Amino acid sequence: MPTAPGSLPSHQTLKLAAIGSLAGLFSGLFGVGGGTVIVPLLIFWFGYGERLATGTSLAAIVLIGLLGALAQGGFYGNVHVATGLLLAIPAVLGVVLGTAIQQRIPQRAVSYLFALLLVGIAIELILK
Amino acid sequence: MNEVLAVLIAVAGGLAGGLVGVGGGVLFVPALTIFLGLTQVEAESTSLLMIVVVALIGAYRQNGYGNVRLREALTIGVLSPLGVWLGVTVSNHVSERALQLSFAALALFMAAQLVRRARSAP
Repeated sequence: MPTAPGSLPSHQTLKLAAIGSLAGLFSGLFGVGGGTVIVPLLIFWFGYGERLATGTSLAAIVLIGLLGALAQGGFYGNVHVATGLLLAIPAVLGVVLGTAIQQRIPQRAVSYLFALLLVGIAIELILK
Repeated sequence: MNEVLAVLIAVAGGLAGGLVGVGGGVLFVPALTIFLGLTQVEAESTSLLMIVVVALIGAYRQNGYGNVRLREALTIGVLSPLGVWLGVTVSNHVSERALQLSFAALALFMAAQLVRRARSAP
């Protein structure tokens, strides 16, 4: 998608706004991360490849998570900072490994894995 | 033992994040409640902190591989509070069960679309 900085067409901005809102909506309602809707919608609406969609999703999640964590930590004091940071160390190891593996598998395999994740989430929501 | 399991699940959450581009909260929250005894609200909040760290490193690595469109990502992130606000408003008027089932249906629909699209890809 060849868009020069500063010239994002407005209909695309609208679609991005819709993705952002849906990501916020579902993370607010269900506590499932925004990535669940960001990745498929970037693929369906923007024709992103799986790697580009997942990479861009992670970057968006940084901001979404930051806003959410600040709200929770600042207003309610519910964040266990030390526990979170300690447990983030093995999680970071996982994400570095996961992104490395992702570069070495076919893109369609990422779609299949994602579909599996979505089915799991659907089952969890139905059984709740 | 519980700590070891929490660490293993954290690795799995990060791995999922790197592979499919989600934050990993799906696994972090149960790890924090079941193995470390946090309440659901504490776990969800603490999981957000972990997600930020994981997504930051993950996005940094993906950017190195040329897989991040920063401008689009920032637009999505900046506009997400709109949805959070919408979510709070909607949840006050619609039953939680109806919302859960609607999202379950949407998730299944997107899963089917992803598989259909991947199968027809060259």
